[in-house]
Amino acid sequence: MKNLYDLIIIGTGPAGMAAAVTARNFGLSTLVVDEQRDLGGQIYHSLENARPENTFALGTDYFYGESLIRSFRKSGAEYLPETMVWNLDENHNIGILREGKAYQLKTKHLLIAAGAMERPVPIPGWTLPGVMGAAAADILFKVNDMVPEEPVVLAGSGPLFLLVACRLIDNGVKIAAMVDTTRFGSYLKSLPYFPQALRVASYLGKGLSMRWKIQKGDFPIFQSADNLAIYGADSAEEIHFTSLGRKRKIHAKSFLLHDGVVPNIQFTRLLECEHQWYERQRYWKPVLDDWGNTSVNGVSVAGDCGGIWGAKAAEHAGRLAAIDIVYKQGGLSAEEKILAADPLIKKLGREKLIRPFLDQLFPPSCHALVPSSDETLVCRCEEITAGQIREAVSLGAISPGQVKSYTRCGMGPCQSRMCGLPLAEIIADSRQVPTPTVGHLKIRPPLKPITIGQLADLELLK
Amino acid sequence: MSNQTGLDAIIIGGGLQGCSVAIHLAHQNKRVVLLEKDTCGKHASGATAGGLRCLNRAPEEIPLSLAAKTMWGEIEKLVDSNCGFRPTDQIRIAGTQEDLNLLEARRERVCAMGYNHEELIGAEELRRLVPAIGSNGIGGLICRGDGYADPGLTCQAFQVKALRLGVTIHQQTKVLALEKGSEDWIVSTQNKQFSAPIIVNCAGAWGDEIAAMVGDHVDLKKEALAMMVTSRYRHFIDPVIGHASRKLSFKQMENGTLVIGGALRGILLEKEERTLIDWPQMRESAETVRSVFPFLADLHIVRAWGGIEGMTPDRLPIIDSGKHASGVFHAFGFSAHGYQLVPIVGKVVTDLICSGRSDFDLEAFRIDRFEKEISS
Amino acid sequence: MLKRLHIDQQQKMLKIEFEGKTLEVRAGETVAAAILEAGAEYTRTTAISGAHRAPYCQMGICFECLMEIDGVPNRQACMVEVQEGMKVNRQYGVRGLADEKLV
Repeated sequence: MKNLYDLIIIGTGPAGMAAAVTARNFGLSTLVVDEQRDLGGQIYHSLENARPENTFALGTDYFYGESLIRSFRKSGAEYLPETMVWNLDENHNIGILREGKAYQLKTKHLLIAAGAMERPVPIPGWTLPGVMGAAAADILFKVNDMVPEEPVVLAGSGPLFLLVACRLIDNGVKIAAMVDTTRFGSYLKSLPYFPQALRVASYLGKGLSMRWKIQKGDFPIFQSADNLAIYGADSAEEIHFTSLGRKRKIHAKSFLLHDGVVPNIQFTRLLECEHQWYERQRYWKPVLDDWGNTSVNGVSVAGDCGGIWGAKAAEHAGRLAAIDIVYKQGGLSAEEKILAADPLIKKLGREKLIRPFLDQLFPPSCHALVPSSDETLVCRCEEITAGQIREAVSLGAISPGQVKSYTRCGMGPCQSRMCGLPLAEIIADSRQVPTPTVGHLKIRPPLKPITIGQLADLELLK
Repeated sequence: MSNQTGLDAIIIGGGLQGCSVAIHLAHQNKRVVLLEKDTCGKHASGATAGGLRCLNRAPEEIPLSLAAKTMWGEIEKLVDSNCGFRPTDQIRIAGTQEDLNLLEARRERVCAMGYNHEELIGAEELRRLVPAIGSNGIGGLICRGDGYADPGLTCQAFQVKALRLGVTIHQQTKVLALEKGSEDWIVSTQNKQFSAPIIVNCAGAWGDEIAAMVGDHVDLKKEALAMMVTSRYRHFIDPVIGHASRKLSFKQMENGTLVIGGALRGILLEKEERTLIDWPQMRESAETVRSVFPFLADLHIVRAWGGIEGMTPDRLPIIDSGKHASGVFHAFGFSAHGYQLVPIVGKVVTDLICSGRSDFDLEAFRIDRFEKEISS
Repeated sequence: MLKRLHIDQQQKMLKIEFEGKTLEVRAGETVAAAILEAGAEYTRTTAISGAHRAPYCQMGICFECLMEIDGVPNRQACMVEVQEGMKVNRQYGVRGLADEKLV
């Protein structure tokens, strides 16, 4: 490890890898870190270890990442897997933990390509063993060649909801039911964005073929579902919901929830970058210029952690961010920068066309935002319920930080990754004010826990 | 702009001191409005490590501190909640003979003033109280029953009690101007005016700014103080641990987490009103913890944070009536050790307001004591 | 809770210990996946209510997979690869210290 890099990149998804390749093309000393063992972020996770038997189920979109991974391997970027980033600061010091030892490195520029996470879905019983995010099933398949124990219920809405269902079908997993929470009204509301989406008709085609495969499956599909709740003793056993006015319950072994994907903003929040609220999908994302620069000098963002645009967009955004960084460090003139960026800007613009349509078609469901029942757990780590949060608000706590201080919501090891969004929504709902106005939780270091011993032996690379 | 009148007192600052004053004034049937520029407990009050020590207090503060200790022992009477209070002992560990000499000298000084709440203990008693100390401690100075409380629970309890007693609290309401009208003081905020004959300045690290508005000038420095907390562990240590000569302070809370911190330096971003962690300082603290208690090396640190404290030149608080402004009372500048004094400060300030005097000698806490030093 | 899709003879298998029992797992699997496949219904119990928890996200976000691996607690098992002879235990409620190292 060097004591100073031109560029440090966090994340080896498409954005991070593409940025590294571009940066290396211009000779920047580049370090790429990722806490995972395998390359690919989530979308191309473990591609290098993909089993030939899984080629069909993994699909062509997955293997699209193959050439990017090969380019990354050849790029000469220094790559540290299984390396956890525990701290970032405005002076471009990066705290990492690798093989049990903590270091602090320095860089001229930092690129955060930390990707996205599933929106937490706090319904009653969501903490029972056997309940997972749909993306978890996808990761288990890609990394471990495993599937959830059948029968499986999928509940939620969105492209990933459909994709995971198709993967299960392709792998011969018995699906007990699909519980689709998409509202009919969303189809109508998304119509204005449909013409734009037609320009990237291949995405629409994929959506349709997924729906067709699901339609042909031998399991019931419940539409317009609401009032989701999962019950079980020590593990999840059945899901209750209403669909088209009727109360239903389905018995199963595994329950996959999905209600959209949101940017992973732990890093940008720690740096106190400026963020903006994206109302349609109800998430916070960092404020970025066209090159991915945040409000903090020398810190850029590329890919889904800056707003959900998908894998292909992430790749172009990564390259654009790297071009700007190269320019800033004197490797390109202003004219050369524009010349190099132009085709990428066009490609990025094209890839972004599908998103407004999808965002309008699949907004977050009410139950994913504000649990109606007081007993529903919101903070999984500290076991704080929606009722406890509402009580704190009724006693005078008005901000997420204040509720956190009074209830311990958000003080556990996950550091509000799971409860941050619902916490703000519940406060806003109780106070009857728009969600972005209540504020957000401060993210404090370490980003993930480190031990006293590791901190005591912290090595500052100067 | 609308102006709220008919009030007896306006308190500026919704930290623990402000809420404590509010509660005591409300008990005297005063109509009180409290103005907090962020949210109650956002700054020093919410960032304290939670220790409630009489141990090692500046001599001037001891009478207040001992009175506060009694009040903490029955804190439910004041705020309907036990605030997570646990009356454990506080111990300053001596690792060397020099340390012991230091502690002995301290104890003698305190005894000479007529107080015997601080005791010297030897290696055997230390090991009985702190089995984990092993051979890293040869004795200590102890104050039994000092204890600690939970900052979050305390802030909530004080805020809620004030509200229950009829105090009106306006959060996210910053005082922009403070002027004397014909009879009352007029307080201007971004969207409303309030007037009352009595103003109480509990603005913490911003107390000097409020004081300046009424002509009471004091040199207050803002400092960032940091601490860290671990994940939960099964209970293994009772007393709150300090050290005679090393920067070491930690306690295990009721919920099993360890809070580590004790005058650890943070980085202050004054204009943005936030703090950053100074990792070399935290590394030093971790090294100290590990060297005195090696088995703590495996504990996971979950969070590190800082708070903004207002520090006076002599590190003693300001508890006084206004010297250039009648009807104004000050209680700020607690210099990172105000948490324990909270219950008594409310009573003392209320006594000053209602009867013009206090049972305690407040000479050392005058707001103009620095001016006097300059002139003499 | 989980099922392996493809089991072939060429596969490298190895042995780990889970809660004192020996398990045969595939090389390359994560600890969380391996023990869930072996029939463990949960990875930890919570500190406050003792409720059973199992991984929700499988990508290091939810912290439900916190387990004790080779004596080190609080490890995110969904990101640790199985190694020969690894000793894995659930994290039951609050970790103790008094037992092993105080004296």
